[in-house]
Amino acid sequence: MSINRRMFLGTSAAAAAVLAAPMVKADGHGKPRVVVVGGGAGGATAARYIAKDSKGEIDVTLIEPSRMYYTCFFSNLYLGGFKEIEDIGHSYGTLASGGVNVVHDWAIGVDRDAKTVALAGGGSVAYDKLILSPGIDFVEGAVEGWDLSAQNAMPHAYKAGSQSELLKAQLMAMPEGGTFAMVAPPNPYRCPPGPYERVSMVAHFLKNNNPTAKIIVADPKPKFSKMALFQEGWADNYDGMVDWIGSDFGGDKVSVDPNAMTVTIDGEVTKVDVCNVIPAMKAGRIAELAGVTDGNWAPVNAIDMSTKADPDVYVLGDASQQGDMPKSGYSANSQAKVCANAVRGALTGSKVFPAKFSNTCWSLIDTNNGVKVGATYEATDEKIAKVDGFISATGESAELRKATYEESEGWYTGITSDMFG
Amino acid sequence: MTRKLVTFLPAALFALCAAGAVGAEDIGDAEAGAKVFKKCAACHQVGIGAVDKVGPHLNGVFGSAAGGHEGYRYSKSMVSAGEDGLVWTAETLDAFLEKPKSVVPKTRMSFRGLKKPEDRANLLAYLRTFSDNPADIPEAEPTAVGTDHDLDPAILALEGDPDYGEYLASECLTCHQSDGTSDGIPSITLWETEDFVVAMHAYKRKIRPHPVMQMLAGRLNDEEIAALAAYFKTLEE
Repeated sequence: MSINRRMFLGTSAAAAAVLAAPMVKADGHGKPRVVVVGGGAGGATAARYIAKDSKGEIDVTLIEPSRMYYTCFFSNLYLGGFKEIEDIGHSYGTLASGGVNVVHDWAIGVDRDAKTVALAGGGSVAYDKLILSPGIDFVEGAVEGWDLSAQNAMPHAYKAGSQSELLKAQLMAMPEGGTFAMVAPPNPYRCPPGPYERVSMVAHFLKNNNPTAKIIVADPKPKFSKMALFQEGWADNYDGMVDWIGSDFGGDKVSVDPNAMTVTIDGEVTKVDVCNVIPAMKAGRIAELAGVTDGNWAPVNAIDMSTKADPDVYVLGDASQQGDMPKSGYSANSQAKVCANAVRGALTGSKVFPAKFSNTCWSLIDTNNGVKVGATYEATDEKIAKVDGFISATGESAELRKATYEESEGWYTGITSDMFG
Repeated sequence: MTRKLVTFLPAALFALCAAGAVGAEDIGDAEAGAKVFKKCAACHQVGIGAVDKVGPHLNGVFGSAAGGHEGYRYSKSMVSAGEDGLVWTAETLDAFLEKPKSVVPKTRMSFRGLKKPEDRANLLAYLRTFSDNPADIPEAEPTAVGTDHDLDPAILALEGDPDYGEYLASECLTCHQSDGTSDGIPSITLWETEDFVVAMHAYKRKIRPHPVMQMLAGRLNDEEIAALAAYFKTLEE
C-alpha cells in the first residue's frame, strides 16, 4: 500500500515534469510520433494500446518485417500435434484497421540524436518516442559447432514459423527407434519452461508414432523451470523415453557436428536423427544497434520500461533486462501496457498510473495435462520485483490438469485478441 | 464394494441424463437455492468464514474430488468413491442430492435427498456461486452471480475512477476477452458492479478458489477494485 502510494506520487511527479517541459509535439511537426519496432507480444500490444487509447492524438508506426506473425507460445503444441501451424499465425490487418501504420520492413539502425529509425528498404522514420520489442537473437559461438548456417540441419525453432515447420518435418521423418536430441539454453532465455514443454510435446508425438524412439537433452543448467512437474509428467506419461542430462552430469559440456549429425556430451559422441539446438540468447539486434544494450540485454527502468541509456527509447519483453520477470509473451504483453500508459502520458499529458506487472506461463505435458506458474510484480527503483506467485502442484487431479489446459487455450485466444485487436 | 460403485455410477448418471438432468442450459435460481440450503445448514456451512461442522464446508465443492477436502474426516465410502474418480460436478452432485446413498452407499450424510429436480437445480446454482473452476462451470453466468458476503458497505459504496479502471482492466484482458467470448476462461463483461466488487474481494481474501485470480486480486486495494468495477460499468452504458 505505502509502496503503491509512493509509486503513484512518483509517476505523477514524473508526468508533471514532462508537462512542465516544452511539449515534444510543438517541434515543427504535427502529432507526436511513436515508432514501435517488432510486432510480437510486446510491440503489437504497445502499438495497439497507444493507437486505441490516444484516439488519434498520437501517430503510431509499427515496423515488423513479417507479414504473418507466428506466436512462439503454443508453437510446441504444434510440434506435439495439438495445433496446426495456421492456428498460431496472425496477420497485422486488424492492427492497421485499428489506426496503426504498419510498415513491413527491417529496422536496421537508430539515430538517437536525430531521433530516426533507418529501414532496410531505404528511408527512415522519425519518432518522439521509440519502443523496441525485437525479441531475441542468438549469441554467436554459444554451442560449439553450431552457427546460423547450421539452422537447417539443426533447427533452433525458437523463433516460431518456418523453423517450427522444419523441426516438425524432421521429427515426423525420424526413423523407427531413432534419437531426438535437444541442446537446452543457459539462463536467461525466452520462455523458461519452453524447452521442457517441447520435450513433452516431442515425447507425446513419438509415443504415438515412434514409441521406441529416445529423447536426450543436454542442459547447461542443474535445474529448470517447473522441473518437478515436468519430471513427474515424463515419468508418468513417457516412461524411459526422456534422458535429461543436467550440468551436474556433463550436460554443460556439449558440442555438435551438423554434417555428421552427432552430439558430443561430456566427451561421449552420440549419432542422432534430429538435433534441436537452442543456443544462448541476447536482445534482438536492433537493440544493440540502437546502443541501448549493456552486455546481452537492454537495461530498463521498471517504472515505464524506458532504457537506462535513453529516456525516449523503451525496450519491452525478451530483449529487456528488467529484473524478476521471466522472458515470456505474457510478460511482454504486461510490460507493453505499462509502457503504453507512460508513453501516452508523456506525449499527451494523459494520466499515468502506477506500473503493475504480471505473468503466467502454462505448459502442456500430455493430452489434457496442463500446468502453470505465475507471479505478480511491481516497479522498484532498482528493478521489476516479484510480489507474489504460485505454481501447479505435483500429483494434481486429472480434472484440474484438464481445466488448466482449457484455461491456457482461453488465455491464448485472450492474449492474441489483446495483441492484434 | 468398490467395483460395484464404479459400475453403478455411470448407470445412475445415464439414467439422469436420459431424464433430463441438470444441464448447463437449465441451471437453477441461486436465490431460491439459498432457501433450499437451509435444509443443509444444520450440518454444512458455505460462504465467507465457512468451516467444517458435522459435514465439511462446501466452498469450492464443484470440481473437487469426493472426499477430497483436506482436514475433514469422511466415511470410508466417500473416500473410496473419490479414489475411484468421483468428482463433484453439476451432474454428480444432482445425483447425490437426489438420493445420497445411491451414489455413495455408506456416506455418513443422513439426508433422505431432494426429490424435486427444481430444488436440486436451485441448490446447485446456489452452491456454484461458491465454486469457480471454469472447467467445471461451463457457462460464465454462475461466476457472475453475487455471493453472500460480509463486505463493509463502505467498500461497496466506493466510487471508482474509470480511467484508472481502464488501465487496470488491461491486465484482465490478457486472458479475458473484452467481447465476452468465453472458452476456458469465463467472460467478465457486463457484470453488475456490486457482483464484480464482491467477487474480486472474494478472490483477494482467497475465498474463491483460483490461483491466478487470487494472486491478481490479492494486490488490488479497495479503490482499485472500485475503479475496475467503475470501468466495466462504463462499458455497459
